[in-house]
Amino acid sequence: MKTSEIRALFSVVSRPEVVSLAGGMPAVTALPLDAVGSMIGDLVSGMGAQTLQYGSGQGDPRLRERICDVMALEGITDASPSEVVVTVGSQQALDLVTRVFIDPGDVVLAEGPSYVGALGVFQASQARVRHVAMDDDGLIPEALEEALIDCRANGDRVKFLYTVPNFHNPAGVTLSEPRREAIMALAEKYDLLVIEDNPYGLLGFEHEPMRALRARNNQRVIYLGSFSKTFSPGLRVGWVLAPLAVREKLVLATEAQVLCPPSLTQYAVARYLDTQPWREQIKLFTELYRERRDACLESLDAMMPPGTIWTKPEGGFYVWLKLPHGLDAKLMQPRAVNALVAYVPGIGFFADGNGREYMRLSYCYPQPDQIREGVRRLARVIEAELDLHSTFDRVDTGTFRAIRPDQESGRMVGPANSDTSEDGR
Amino acid sequence: MNETAPAPAATGAEPHALRAVILAGGLTFEREVSLSSGTQVWEELARVGLDAELRDADAGLLPGLAAAPADAVFIALHGATGEDGALRAVLDLAGVPYVGSPAAACRLAWDKPAAKSVVRSAGVATPDWVALPHSTFRELGAGAVLDLMVARLGLPLMVKPASGGSALGVQKVSRVEDLPAAMVSCFAYGDTVMVERYVEGLEVALSVIDLGSGPEALPAVEIAPESGVFDYTARYTPGLTEYHTPARLADDVAVRAAALAMEVHEVLGLADLSRTDAIITPDGEVHFLEVNVSPGLTETSMFPMAVEAAGYELGEVLARLLARRAGSTR
Repeated sequence: MKTSEIRALFSVVSRPEVVSLAGGMPAVTALPLDAVGSMIGDLVSGMGAQTLQYGSGQGDPRLRERICDVMALEGITDASPSEVVVTVGSQQALDLVTRVFIDPGDVVLAEGPSYVGALGVFQASQARVRHVAMDDDGLIPEALEEALIDCRANGDRVKFLYTVPNFHNPAGVTLSEPRREAIMALAEKYDLLVIEDNPYGLLGFEHEPMRALRARNNQRVIYLGSFSKTFSPGLRVGWVLAPLAVREKLVLATEAQVLCPPSLTQYAVARYLDTQPWREQIKLFTELYRERRDACLESLDAMMPPGTIWTKPEGGFYVWLKLPHGLDAKLMQPRAVNALVAYVPGIGFFADGNGREYMRLSYCYPQPDQIREGVRRLARVIEAELDLHSTFDRVDTGTFRAIRPDQESGRMVGPANSDTSEDGR
Repeated sequence: MNETAPAPAATGAEPHALRAVILAGGLTFEREVSLSSGTQVWEELARVGLDAELRDADAGLLPGLAAAPADAVFIALHGATGEDGALRAVLDLAGVPYVGSPAAACRLAWDKPAAKSVVRSAGVATPDWVALPHSTFRELGAGAVLDLMVARLGLPLMVKPASGGSALGVQKVSRVEDLPAAMVSCFAYGDTVMVERYVEGLEVALSVIDLGSGPEALPAVEIAPESGVFDYTARYTPGLTEYHTPARLADDVAVRAAALAMEVHEVLGLADLSRTDAIITPDGEVHFLEVNVSPGLTETSMFPMAVEAAGYELGEVLARLLARRAGSTR
């Protein structure tokens, strides 16, 4: 099945009958919409001369100051607004960093699986992605070192490690504290640049935010942040925090791309951070996502057939599920569409064709009841697929008495099925 | 269609008073294609001055049609919703006229093995096949059944869902060891799989329309996919398939192909429009593969190409079909 076919199957997701565990859409209706609406209205009516005008390529200085306050929540206390470049979502930040660093053929190390939007950016820059294994504690340092040694031996130029350390998309896991230290030690040892992509870090359910990689090393880490999950993805405001020499290049690159990030949405974010209880709002989001995560994990526990395993996210949006042996999430998708449930097949999160037996489930958007119903439908789909495999998996094709057409008389004989006995033989 | 044609309704065409509803979308694998067909139909009708309403077949449909009755409905739904006859049966119940084949004929055409049986009974050539549900393989043993299939039908084989369009789930299997996996992925689309003898030849789409004076075969469209396989991607990605309209056929073969399409249209009881997919062997034999009661009408679809090649304008044809059905129920 090709990508276009997967896209076609996805088109039913817009119908309300389908429970979509596919999209990673934040629950924006949990925002105080009236307050945000009047705030944005005031920005236009009262400050239109600034908010509707071009702005600085690097981004609004006031917003960059507030971004430093946000990053301090994850232990980044030495960031200066001058090192911050505001971008159109952190997706643009990733694109800028990739453009600045990557030449065709360069190697990017990334978790396997990895964020599909990052893989697209790397592919567009003709980078070669080498996946590094992860487990329930995130990226495995030994696997990273092995990859670095291999690449060095092969003469491959590794430009950076791309990692989502918190509540990984799609794997749902978080890099443990000891591994954070180990990975930064490897970065020092192997002169490795780390791109830390952290859209979900403040959305933890179990504990305070973990200390960012950038908080441990301000020269080897370029940090990407976003307001898409903590405020609104529709405003498209993200940022990159980079050492000054890199920042210069990023500003030139962004000016070439978009001239400047949108003024109105930057002002909206800055005003939101200035005037609204944003920390409380993040807590509210977190509670809501925790409830949905619980609904998802409880239903998976109760309903999934044996042989299915999944990660237990402590924050963020995603569960990464591994199907029983031999099942293929992409090939199973039409059955899921028939059963009115959607997920994202795992193969999209690998650059090397792996991941067929995995799928990503998102619990962030549907209500808990819908999640339970979606998991129930998915369990039935998997059971039906297992039944099908039990029929066909043990077929020994070596014993087939295959007759080639050229061995036959060439005359068309009737159909072999009994419901067509009236055929014109 | 000319991409640089003037904007719809700017052609100076007389506005039609007809109230037409186009149904597109649906809850099927082919939703995306249907939305694309529906938009195309809407644009073509607008081009000839007919301002139609484009809507999905969902829970709002019947109340919507009751509140604002349509003179006629054009069904641009593909997949089960639009083609298995169920929606048409409901429109019949509601007394809503629609363009296209009646419910019972659709039910027959939708079931590929059943349609092949009827067509073969009428003397039309069609590749040998067998259609079986999963339960048969489970109960009798997949190895033994697949063994018989290969022994009887040979290789390569075409493995297809017994219903459904846009080539979704269709695979050509050349090696026996690939057959079990092909069956598994095909059964994901539905409970019955049709396995068909592969016939080598030229793939053609044979459209039939009836504007009131009886069915008329349009010029055959020859399909030459760049990859050699006319799959979903080759169908809907502009540039991946080369089409020749009319098909490069000897006159007598073209006549036989047209006759086959007319025969299929007639024996299955189809009405207004249909598209038969067929294979023409190097020695000029025409083999029926399947028929579509709701042919694709997207920018890369073959029915519009055939209409244009026949010298008609698509919008005018669609408007005439709607006008013909307006006010008449069945």
